[in-house]
Amino acid sequence: MLNKQADHIVKSFDEELKQLNNIIAEMGGLAEAQLDRAVESLVRRNSDLAAQVVNDDKRIDNLETEIGSLTVRLLALRQPMAQDLREVVAAIKIASDIERIGDYAKNIAKRAIVLSGFAPMKPVATIPRMSRLALTIIKDVLDAYIAKDAEAARAAWRRDEEVDEMYNSVFREMLTYMMEDPRNIGPCTHLLFIAKNIERIGDHATNVAEIVYYLVHGRSLDEARPKGDTTNVPIDG
Amino acid sequence: MTDAVFTGPATANGVAKLRRPDLSEGRIRRRYAAERRFRLYGILAIGFAVFMLGFLAITVILQGSSAFWQTRIALDVAIDAATVDPAGDRSEDSLRSGDYQAVVRDALRGLFPEVTGRADRRALGDFLSNAAGMVVMERVLADPSIIGTTQRFEVLASTDLDMLAKGKIRRDVPEADRPVKDQQIAWFDRLEAEGRITSTFNTAFFTTGDSREPEQAGLGGAMMGTFLTIVTAILLSLPISVAAAIYLEEFAPKNKITDIIEVNINNLAAVPSIVFGLLGLAVLLGFFGLPRGAPMVGGMVLSLMTLPTIIIATRAALKAVPPSIREAAYGVGASKQQVVLHHVLPLAMPGIMTGAIIGTARAMGESAAVLMIGMVAFIVDVPGSITDSSTVLPVQIYLWADAPERGFVERTSAGIMVMLVFLVLMNAAAVIIRRRFERRW
Amino acid sequence: MDMGTLPAGAAMSPAVASRAIEGAKMTSRKVCVHYGQKQALFDVDLDIPSRQVTALIGPSGCGKSTYLRCLNRMNDVIDGCRVTGDIRLDGENIYDPKLDVVMLRARIGMVFQKPNPFPKSIYDNIAYGPRIHGMAAGKTEMDEIVQLSLERAGLWNEVKDRLAQPGTGLSGGQQQRLCIARAIAVSPEVILMDEPCSALDPIATAKIEELMDELRENYTIIIVTHSMQQAARVSQKTAFFHLGYLVEWGDTEQIFTSPRDERTQGYITGRFG
Repeated sequence: MLNKQADHIVKSFDEELKQLNNIIAEMGGLAEAQLDRAVESLVRRNSDLAAQVVNDDKRIDNLETEIGSLTVRLLALRQPMAQDLREVVAAIKIASDIERIGDYAKNIAKRAIVLSGFAPMKPVATIPRMSRLALTIIKDVLDAYIAKDAEAARAAWRRDEEVDEMYNSVFREMLTYMMEDPRNIGPCTHLLFIAKNIERIGDHATNVAEIVYYLVHGRSLDEARPKGDTTNVPIDG
Repeated sequence: MTDAVFTGPATANGVAKLRRPDLSEGRIRRRYAAERRFRLYGILAIGFAVFMLGFLAITVILQGSSAFWQTRIALDVAIDAATVDPAGDRSEDSLRSGDYQAVVRDALRGLFPEVTGRADRRALGDFLSNAAGMVVMERVLADPSIIGTTQRFEVLASTDLDMLAKGKIRRDVPEADRPVKDQQIAWFDRLEAEGRITSTFNTAFFTTGDSREPEQAGLGGAMMGTFLTIVTAILLSLPISVAAAIYLEEFAPKNKITDIIEVNINNLAAVPSIVFGLLGLAVLLGFFGLPRGAPMVGGMVLSLMTLPTIIIATRAALKAVPPSIREAAYGVGASKQQVVLHHVLPLAMPGIMTGAIIGTARAMGESAAVLMIGMVAFIVDVPGSITDSSTVLPVQIYLWADAPERGFVERTSAGIMVMLVFLVLMNAAAVIIRRRFERRW
Repeated sequence: MDMGTLPAGAAMSPAVASRAIEGAKMTSRKVCVHYGQKQALFDVDLDIPSRQVTALIGPSGCGKSTYLRCLNRMNDVIDGCRVTGDIRLDGENIYDPKLDVVMLRARIGMVFQKPNPFPKSIYDNIAYGPRIHGMAAGKTEMDEIVQLSLERAGLWNEVKDRLAQPGTGLSGGQQQRLCIARAIAVSPEVILMDEPCSALDPIATAKIEELMDELRENYTIIIVTHSMQQAARVSQKTAFFHLGYLVEWGDTEQIFTSPRDERTQGYITGRFG
């Protein structure tokens, strides 16, 4: 319904909004690639690739700054209302979520560099599965954003539960490894943090999905967010 | 798409030619020339109008200004007791029945003892107005003790002498073609040489009524008649037309009937005034039997004539009051009548007054309508009330213009001058009233 | 979301009826206005909450001013204007033939698009309404009303030394505040404002907007405005009119962040057409 809407009377307004969308899409693409490469560097034990990922995070940060100035300009000069206003506000929020995703990817890459110094470990295999799932969520959410498709966003949002469940299983697996051999505690902690990072990435992706839903419908997703992460309970007790 | 396909401008190899405004010097010159020509036409039109108006004014002033001076002959009159006081008792009745014209005539004859022939003596007597004795009588009535003495009087000259003195009779035309004979011209020259011909300001012109004799005819009667007529007309038409206009504009429902009334009022403004005169004749004189030629009737007829003018002006003035003022008044809870009386009418007042004065000025210059109701009669007395017979300025001018005597020519022009002065004063009043009201608001 | 969306020409849906505001100051049901043969308003159902600012927005000729003028029967003055339906002030039908329209207008004041002070002194501008309604017993009481009204309109300090000068000599913004003071001098319950700031500069506009926010404590205000930003700034409820229909109405915040109807959305985002 909304993507079919007529153009603005002021054409340059449309162009600026389109530019906003394009930057978000570019940021999203970059973040996906960063996560993908970070996990790849972990699996392949490739420190060079990991260093490149750490280095490339600056690009996402720059794009976020660009979004910031563009939205401020839009707010000041166009005084957007209703859908346009939501679009601008959504862009700010999504940009900050993607920037966080980028940061997590960078963090995974840093840990991959550290982990490449340890002996290869078995649970590493679970991480790529988890990251692939997170990546599809990010991709679906971004597609939903581009298409302004609230239902797609909602479907992607539900799948965050799976990421949380995977994280739970990784968490339990790590606990057993660490109990088996205290020498595993170092690399396992790193892996645990990586898993946690991916889990957080999933959370940010669901945030984006919520924002997309608000952007389209003008109200927040009314269901409670699916919570698959039960690790909080025993840890924080 | 419609059937008619717009093929677009002819293009060379598909690219539309860029058209720019023609900025050539010739084009600009032609534009300036056209503008100058257009202004010139305007100036010419105004110049023509000013020339015609000036020509009219100058003609009237040249012809008419001399009427404000009256030629008199200074005579040493021996006031013979038997002639001026036939009863001999010095009573007012007796003094009024005296033949003052005779003593004046005798005084004039005394200056020309050589004139003996009957015809010559009559020609000499023609120098005197037949009201020449009036000054003598007035003096005697005021002071009967001068009877029997010889006093110097400036007596009114006849119109012929007046014209001669003002140079309106040319001496070079053949004797048979002019009203004064060679003999009379010789006498006049002698009187003038003796310093007996004087010229005084003609106050009587503004105070006396009409007369068959040009030198005695005055505008006083017509001025008074006009005043009474116009006052009647204003008193009748102003309240009626303002009330009618307010009702029609503010209160009347808009339907067929009010439409018809509105159209008829507009038409009424264009009805020839003689029709109103006929109406007055048939209804006011014929049916109601009101006095003929009275200012009251004239005022009624003229008020009929000014009604549509004032109604239209009032409605226009009411319409011109900005709707925002009405809305403001309605907005604070004013009733319709309060809106009209407190806000609309005061704001429309300058327009109404202007309309009323312009309408009245038009009525003042009106003659056809009042002719029909008999205000054209020859009336010597100055009217004292609105039921007395009288005449009005334009009709008086018309009557004089029609009179054969040479002396009436200058009086006609003088009458026009007086009337124009009145009209200018009224229009000035309109402007002043307008200004004053506008300052207040 | 508590929202009333009316599809074009639709009768009031049960959902909308249930949306009727409890204890609304003014209610209108199925209000239609005809100018001669032309219908200008179609079945408008709208509740005006007490002591709030309700903004009426919409493109030119959408009927918002026409609707506003129905509320104090200002349309009565216009020839050929016919109003049908039911408009109530505190539950009382204002089109009841027994109701005195002059008294109604005393209860529902109005401020117009163009500042229109009477061509009288500032004092007389304020005193006129109270005078014709017999609200003051003497000069002292009238002085009090004038001062209070000018104070409430935030104009007292600017004009207290020149009350005898003509109101038309004030600046545009001052004139408009004078008109507001004139309206509140007769102690109305509702104040209608027909684009009160459209002829004013931003500073004068801001002063009027601030004034409206203060007046909201004591009066129910209905404002027609072309400036959506203004509607967003000053009002608590917003109603969107389009082509004679009330398209959407609800909380201002909701109308301007997430309107339900595409026409509202199109209008407020500048997309119309």
